[in-house]
Amino acid sequence: MAKRLPKVDVVIVGVGWGGGIIASELTKQGLTVVGLERGKERKTEDYYMVHDELRYALRYEMMQDLSKETITFRNNTRIRALPMRQYGSFLMGDGLGGAGVHWNGQTFRFLPYDFEIRSKTIERYGENKIPADMTLQDWGITYDELEPYFDKFEQMAGISGEENPLGGKRSNPYPTPPMLASPPLKLFTEASKKLNLHPYMMPSANLSQAYTNPDGISRSACQYCGFCERFGCEYGAKADPVVTVIPVAKQTGKFEIRTHSYVRRILHTGNRATGVLYTDVTTGEELEQPAEIVVLTSYVFNNVRLLLLSGLGRPYDPNTGSGVIGKNYAYQVIRGGAVGFFEDREFNLYAGAGALGACLDDYNGDNFDHSDLQFIHGGNIAISQLGQRPIANNKTPKGTPSWGKEFKAATLKYNYRALSVGAQGASLPFRHHFLDLDPTYRDAFGDPLIRITFDFEEQDRQLAAYLAERCGEILKEMGADKVEVNSKLGPYEITTYQSTHNTGGVIMGSSPETSAVNNYLQMWDVENLFVVGASAFPHNSGYNPTGTVGALAYRAAEGILKYSKSGGILA
Amino acid sequence: MEENQRKDQPVSRRTFLKNSGLVLGGLVVGGVAGGLLVRQREQAPQQPGTGSKQTADFNQALMFFTPEQFKVIDAACERIFPEDELGPGAKALGVAYFIDHQLAGDWGSNARDYMQPPFYPGEATQGYQGRLKRREIFEIGIQEMNNYSNEKHGKKFYELTPEQQDEVLKAFESGEVNLTTISASSFFQMLRSATLEGLYSDPLYGGNKNMDGWRLKRYPGNQMAYTQVIEQEKFVEMEPLSLRDHQSG
Repeated sequence: MAKRLPKVDVVIVGVGWGGGIIASELTKQGLTVVGLERGKERKTEDYYMVHDELRYALRYEMMQDLSKETITFRNNTRIRALPMRQYGSFLMGDGLGGAGVHWNGQTFRFLPYDFEIRSKTIERYGENKIPADMTLQDWGITYDELEPYFDKFEQMAGISGEENPLGGKRSNPYPTPPMLASPPLKLFTEASKKLNLHPYMMPSANLSQAYTNPDGISRSACQYCGFCERFGCEYGAKADPVVTVIPVAKQTGKFEIRTHSYVRRILHTGNRATGVLYTDVTTGEELEQPAEIVVLTSYVFNNVRLLLLSGLGRPYDPNTGSGVIGKNYAYQVIRGGAVGFFEDREFNLYAGAGALGACLDDYNGDNFDHSDLQFIHGGNIAISQLGQRPIANNKTPKGTPSWGKEFKAATLKYNYRALSVGAQGASLPFRHHFLDLDPTYRDAFGDPLIRITFDFEEQDRQLAAYLAERCGEILKEMGADKVEVNSKLGPYEITTYQSTHNTGGVIMGSSPETSAVNNYLQMWDVENLFVVGASAFPHNSGYNPTGTVGALAYRAAEGILKYSKSGGILA
Repeated sequence: MEENQRKDQPVSRRTFLKNSGLVLGGLVVGGVAGGLLVRQREQAPQQPGTGSKQTADFNQALMFFTPEQFKVIDAACERIFPEDELGPGAKALGVAYFIDHQLAGDWGSNARDYMQPPFYPGEATQGYQGRLKRREIFEIGIQEMNNYSNEKHGKKFYELTPEQQDEVLKAFESGEVNLTTISASSFFQMLRSATLEGLYSDPLYGGNKNMDGWRLKRYPGNQMAYTQVIEQEKFVEMEPLSLRDHQSG
């Protein structure tokens, strides 16, 4: 029998960006909040020894321990799903701050087109443009409605950037100027201008200068040390929940964080959540935390899994298309890109920052005419200088052996002479891409793992090939002596790192028939349960998702505050 | 003049500490950067090889391999990344010791991988589905390399000429060698990745001896800041620093 704890106003499950934002906004307004975090405490002082590629980037120091819990995967329902036994395609975060600690900090706003994608696609191209099995949906909110929340997230995180000439309207400029432009970025910018494209500096959560945010939190500037993605920041320069929103919530005295607390079920009576059941993993003790309002703020997979394990919401059925929990799982089409080799020039590629880049949206969203193309949407095209670490980066021209004397000579020669321009392709939903519970494989507690059924489609192959050619054109204009275009997108495979931009499963929308949550991320079926994160995306855009996750979290926080006063289904 | 001088000089840890005082001035900054300012060391970081007395490298002993297994891996890694006119190879950089130490730990025993049954053969897209741990795969792989070498040339792998060794490795890489318990090509790929890790990981792990792997690749290792480098058009080379240089407490 689980020990029952005193009731609180709000319990949040997972203390990353979503949980941190919700906690700070709610506690500022006087609500008492308990945050349950399955991992350990994290703080900036943990990162004295962070410049360690092997430990952090290749042994996954900051990631979820797969021996305890993983996901299973199959390309389609005709084959047996098998566990992801080792890391590859994406990396699930763990510990205080979650994936918000080991991200790169590339902070975009999705395009106005994204939020009304179905309506706008039909309006311009007709209904037939959308493949029959593509479950494309509007989001139940417009860009203009979400704009104030984007702004709030950017002010809080201190995003460094300049206006995107092809982006949605902004109410405020970025709070800090763009990052310093390195020579590869300058080459990209000049070349794409010559091609009549519209480059801009990538919006960055690695601060370009010292910044104090509206909550009074001060952070120092990025030092371009080259250790962002998969690492924590030893300067606190990269915005993450631990150095921004969590201390604000703590300061109120209303926020209690319990680490090593693994939430296993959402408790409910009928269609009302009553709290959560969790295990203290240090003692094995089971505890019940009752609350007026429950907020799921874990990663996509656990948001979906907890709902399914708890029997909440209507599970999605790919055969009938009915139900919503697990629907519209999407990812990112990252394979379309090009590499350029410069024989006479070396760049200081060991230096960099997670969001040091230049990019353009001429081929993103519906910013270009798709009439004669066999796909919709597109992707942001970017050059980035993340800091090229030596184990993972050994670029050689095609045809070079992968080991031996020639390999050695080529890797040493081209180490600082190769630049990549890549596209971050949108991933659109299909009826047969979904999440559900695996019938066979279990976690350390004996609960079923989440199962992914996903593959790349013709839409993705066409999109990747098109964007790869555009990347190649830019690299040629940049003066590369040799350009290799990688336009072939094979089947989705889970062994090679592509992107930790998994989305969907608890999607938002304007109708309970087709979505799980409304535009405050409140569950249609369970009004005191909010589900926050990229799980709410009905599709994934051609951008990194965190900016939009942050905006939606601020929107949800406002909804929770409203709900705590008035009750009922919002909006 | 002063400007040029600064540009051409590597950003040492000392320079960084001095400059960051300006960067961080007036801000309440906690954590590592703030801590470093407070904890400024009396001494400059000791550069490898400048110590007054030579001590034995106690790290170069075996935690997992038998000496026989070690010889095979040492020889194989050297073929993957051979010593030549460009500089040291895997042997001189201690790569086989690195692999030995890694196999002895979490990585070798797949401690953070999902190893629960049932085990089914899967599609290539689903990744590794075997029940064997990395250290078991290495033990089998090494044995098979010797078996194959024996079969072809009547000698152990490390007794073959470099050209013969390359042939054996190619046969493993291509999967031409057909093994029942493990995939020869997957074993080769694991060996290749581990070799790169041993060449370029921080020297604390036993490879990249004296940071010579980094020097070869002109990688500056573990610097605190590149704010003065990031906009430079010219390639800036600097003497690498390792995590040891952070061990200041």
